[in-house]
This record gives sequence, structure tokens and C-alpha cells, in this order.
Amino acid sequence: MDNKTGTRLFHLAKREDISRSKKLVIRLIAIASALVLCALLTALATGINPLQVYASMVSGAFGSVRKTWITLQDLSILLLISVALTPAFTMRFWNIGGEGQVLVGGLATAACMILLENKLPGVLIMLISFVAAICAGALWGLIPAVCKARWNTNETLMTLMMNYIATQLVSFFVIIWEVPKGSGKIGIINQNSHAGWMVQLFGSKYMLSITVSILVTVFMYVYLNYSKHGYEIRVVGQSLNTAKYVGISVSRVIIRTMLLSGALCGLAGMLLVGSINHTITTTIAGGQGFTAVMVSWMAKFNPFTMIPCAFLVVFMNRGAGEIATNFGLNPSFADIMTGIILFFIIGCEFFINYSIKKRKK
Amino acid sequence: MTGFLSFIPRAVGQGIPLLFGCTGEIITEKSGNLNLGIPGVMYVGAISGVIGAFFYEHSVGEGSMSAVPAIMIPVLCSLFGSFLMGMLYCFLTVTLRANQNVTGLAMTTFGVGFGNFFGGSLIKLSNLDVPTIALSKTSAYFSATLPFAKKLGWFGEVFLSYGFLAYLAIAVAVAAAIIIKKTRVGLHLRAVGESPATADAMGIDVTVYKYSSTVLGCMIAGLGGLYYVMDYASGVWSNDAFGDRGWLAIALVIFTIWRADVGILASILFGGLYILYLYIPTGMEHMELKELYKMIPYVVTIIVLIVTSMRNRREDQPPASLGLNYFREER
Repeated sequence: MDNKTGTRLFHLAKREDISRSKKLVIRLIAIASALVLCALLTALATGINPLQVYASMVSGAFGSVRKTWITLQDLSILLLISVALTPAFTMRFWNIGGEGQVLVGGLATAACMILLENKLPGVLIMLISFVAAICAGALWGLIPAVCKARWNTNETLMTLMMNYIATQLVSFFVIIWEVPKGSGKIGIINQNSHAGWMVQLFGSKYMLSITVSILVTVFMYVYLNYSKHGYEIRVVGQSLNTAKYVGISVSRVIIRTMLLSGALCGLAGMLLVGSINHTITTTIAGGQGFTAVMVSWMAKFNPFTMIPCAFLVVFMNRGAGEIATNFGLNPSFADIMTGIILFFIIGCEFFINYSIKKRKK
Repeated sequence: MTGFLSFIPRAVGQGIPLLFGCTGEIITEKSGNLNLGIPGVMYVGAISGVIGAFFYEHSVGEGSMSAVPAIMIPVLCSLFGSFLMGMLYCFLTVTLRANQNVTGLAMTTFGVGFGNFFGGSLIKLSNLDVPTIALSKTSAYFSATLPFAKKLGWFGEVFLSYGFLAYLAIAVAVAAAIIIKKTRVGLHLRAVGESPATADAMGIDVTVYKYSSTVLGCMIAGLGGLYYVMDYASGVWSNDAFGDRGWLAIALVIFTIWRADVGILASILFGGLYILYLYIPTGMEHMELKELYKMIPYVVTIIVLIVTSMRNRREDQPPASLGLNYFREER
């Protein structure tokens, strides 16, 4: 846009009041255009017709009972991490260290499972690893929070660096615990005794993470909207000076909120290790710590809106993954598709926040 | 001593991609744009160059390649790829005023996916009968050193054993430092990053500065990816091989406190830290310790980050509007 206002035909104005339905329409148009572009690109890469692309995507996500469960399970983990990051974002603390917080949570769970096998009954191991995972995640959130609260250290970069420290910590322990020696892998932990494996809910191994994520989502909605803590978080996010003026201890809010955020990420790590994979690798979080940042932002930090947002991402991932497998393409195809969808959604926010008006003569 | 001498060229080889990324990000951040998409941009820069070189090698055949197109085609393809990524970032954050963190992360997801996808599927998509992407011929042009470098002993090894992109990286870093510090354009750029509203009032076109510095920054960073694959990795693309170097480049920006000239030595230092674990003896019994040594660059970055924020000196601070978008009507 040029600065010579005289030559401009349009000008922008911030929209104050846009109806919910109009917002929804703008977002749906963006998602629809992204899907069209994705289908065209897929058609170009694979040579199948675009309509068939959608069909394979749906079959990738819901093609069988097992696939449907896995889609739901992926959704529950992504949702859980997104919800976990949300309180920090609401107070404008850019925690992009979800990845590391999940990893240390998983590491703590794996440690309990490996070290306590045959020493304690399974139920106790489960409880201890639950507590350990939460503490580990919380600790990983606490360190950048304390630095931010005391010295105003840049949290975006610090949490980012903490991710890699967590990754190296995991690969350190993977080598210590590797089975067999020299393989560089842990393999399935306690394969025979199942010690420390999380309980199955409702007779299904998928239900635990789904239930936990639903409970946490509801809790977070209530916490952010109807509790004193939630109120303080929002005041800190909106204006630091206001927060100080009304007597909110900003550093306490930052530390408390990051403890919560990290603890919930740690919980996601526990589910990944204790309930889903029963092993730990450096890539067990699979970049979801980063994806969750985008999901949380897409949902405008509303935990319930995160359900459809996370679903969209998981659906694209599994759908594009299926296409990649069927056509012998690289699985990173899914990342490209996710990226395109994100670009459209990120871009469409503009049309929600601003209206373009034609300049009157 | 000989061990140390052989360490330096390897540290430099590791450092050059970081230097490109770091210089690019410094230029970008000086305009107030925190581009977390740099890791993705570096992947796109690398794979675009690979695609260009791949088709050039296979269209003319290995025998009839000549130096100028063999170098220019990958370089131009790489610049073009990262140019598009930069434009995308600017369009979303400057024109459409989207959140910079989210846009950057989305670009990293996309860019890394783009690189790995084409790296993994290029052969299948192009229907050529080759087992792997190994551009050794093109790589030979990129890593060619001066003919007399080998004869100069340790001096040649430490200073002259690199391909032209390494020297370009240093030249770009020096030029960036001078332009940012000493010229009017640099002054305006810093003004935009510190206080876009003030800059706007001075008559500086904020949009133009943000666009051009970010796009230029992306193009420079993309060359880092190109250097890695063409020179350091001898033209062999393997997925995820570039790893987290893009994030390290962003860490370097903080480490150097936004000074491109400091970046030259700092990136070589980081390059050294990155491979230091190979040189610390652990014995076969304790291979796991190597994994802890790999933490060193990140721990160092965190320490620098905390120390600079503790000292809180004004000249060590990030540009004041870093991460914030500018909307004139909101002043």
C-alpha cells in the first residue's frame, strides 16, 4: 500500500462490531478456498481428479473403525496441548515450548515405568508417573516464567530453546535405557508386565486420552471465563499497567499460569507415553507443540472453538498422509497441506478485523 | 594442535548456514518483524536450489555442464524460493496484519514440509531413473576452492578451504552491519523497528521498509540452506538433515544482540559448539554423554538471553516494536 493517500481508492477501517454469523462465513470461505487449492495441488502431484482427493482424505481419517479411533486420539492429544498453551497466550505469554513440556512429561512417565517395574504395584506406578509428568511439565514451564517475571526475559525464544534441551535430555536417557544395547531405541516399555501402562477407560485403549482432553477443555473454559485467576490472566494480557494498578501481582500470575500450562503439557506427554505409545522417542511430540500454538490462536483462545480447529488440522494431516502413502509420496505432503490451510485462516482474520471501504469522492 | 586446526574448518562449515540465517534474521528483526519462519525459509531455499540443479544436471547431462549455469541456476532458484516465502510472510503480517508468531510457525511447518516433500518425491515426480538426489557435479562447483589453497599449509586450511558461498556469507554480514549502522537507509530501518509511528511521521514508508528488509532477510537466509546442501553436504539431499539449524540461527540473533558483524565469529563459535560433542572423548561406555554435549549451544543461548535481560542495557535490547504490527490508523 502506498502512502500517497490521494491516490488510494480504498481505505481500511477497524471493524468494531461484526456479527458471529458473518465471522463464521468469512472463516468458512477461507477454509473452503484452502481446501480447493489443496485438492488442485494434490491432483497435480498425483494425477487423480480433485474430487477423488477429498474422498481419499475422508477415507484416510474415517476409512475404518480403527482409523476413526486413531483420528479421535490424535485430535484429543492436539486439543489437550492447545488447551494447555491457551492460558499463557491469554496473558500474551508466547509459550512456544509446548513441545519440550510434552517431552519432559513423557520422559518422567517413561522413567517411572522403567525404574519402578517390579518394585511397586501397577496402580501406584500409574499414580506416581501421573504426578511426575505433571511436575516435570510444570518445571519446564516454570523456568522461562520465572525469568520473564523477574527480568522480563524474552519468553518466545527461551521456551523455544528449552525444547531442544528437552530433546537432548530425552535422547540422553534413551541411550541409557536402550533395549537392546546399541539400538538407540527403548522399544515398548514393560511389554510383558504392562507395569505402569495407563488404565483403559470404557474398555477401549483410546478412551483415556479422549476423556482427559474433554475434561481439561471444559475445565479450561470455566477457569478462564468464570474464575478469579482467569480474570487476572486476561487483565495481565490486556494491559500490564492496569493489572499493576488494580493490585494484581503480575509476576505471580505469570508464574502460576505457566505452571498450569506446563503441567497440562506434561499431562499430554504422560498420555503419549503411558497410554498411547508405551515408549519414548525424541519425536514423540511430533511438532504438535508448535501446531498447538496455531490451533489455539485460530480458535481465538476459546477452548471449545479449539475442538473444530484441532479437528481440521488432524483431518488434513491424516487425510494427506493417506494420499501420500497411496501414491508413494513423501508423508511431509501433509505438512504442506496443513501449511496452506493455516495461511488461509491466518489471512482471513484480516477481513474479520478490518473492513475495506471505498473512498468517497 | 593439528586436531584443533582440523576442527576450525569444520566449525566454519557448520557456522556458515547459521551465519546466513542469522544475518537474514537480523535485517528482518531490525524492521520489527520477528520471523519465526526462518527455519522453513532455509529449507525452501535449499530445496529450490536442489530442484534447479537437479533439472539442470539431468537436462544437459553431466559431461556438458559448465560452471556459470551450474552455479547460477541453483542460486537463482534458491533466491526465488525464499523470495516467495518472504513475500508470503510480509503479505500476511504487514498487509493483512496477521500475528507474526503464528504466521512464522505456519511458514516453518510449510517450509520444512515443502523441503522434505520435494526432497523425498522429486525423483518420483520427475520420472527419472536415479536412486538418490546426489548432485555431486554441481556440488563440486559450489565447494571449489582457490587452486593454490592446498599448498599453503595450515593457513590455506583455516582460511581458504571453503566454497565461494562461505565468503559471500561473511561479506553479506559485514555489508549488513555497515548498512544498518552507518547509512541513512540503516537509520531509517532502525527507526521503523524501534517506533514505526515515529518513522511514519518522519515520512519513512514503513510498509516498504518492512517488506524489503524481510524479503531480503529471507533471501539471505535461504542461501544458508543452499550452502548446507550444496557445499557442506556435498550435494546430497536427505530429509530432515538440515535439522534445527534454522532455530539456532534465530538464537544467534539474540546471542549477537542484533549485530551482524558479531554474527561472523558467533556463528563459527556456534558451529563449533554444534559439533563439539564429536571432539569430547566419552569412551564407548558412555555414548549417552554426547547427547548432553549437544545441549551446549542451546544452554549458552539461554544464558545469554537471561544475562542480557538481567543487565537490561538499552543498547542490548531488541528493537522496541519487535513482533508488533503497525497499523497507521491505530496510532
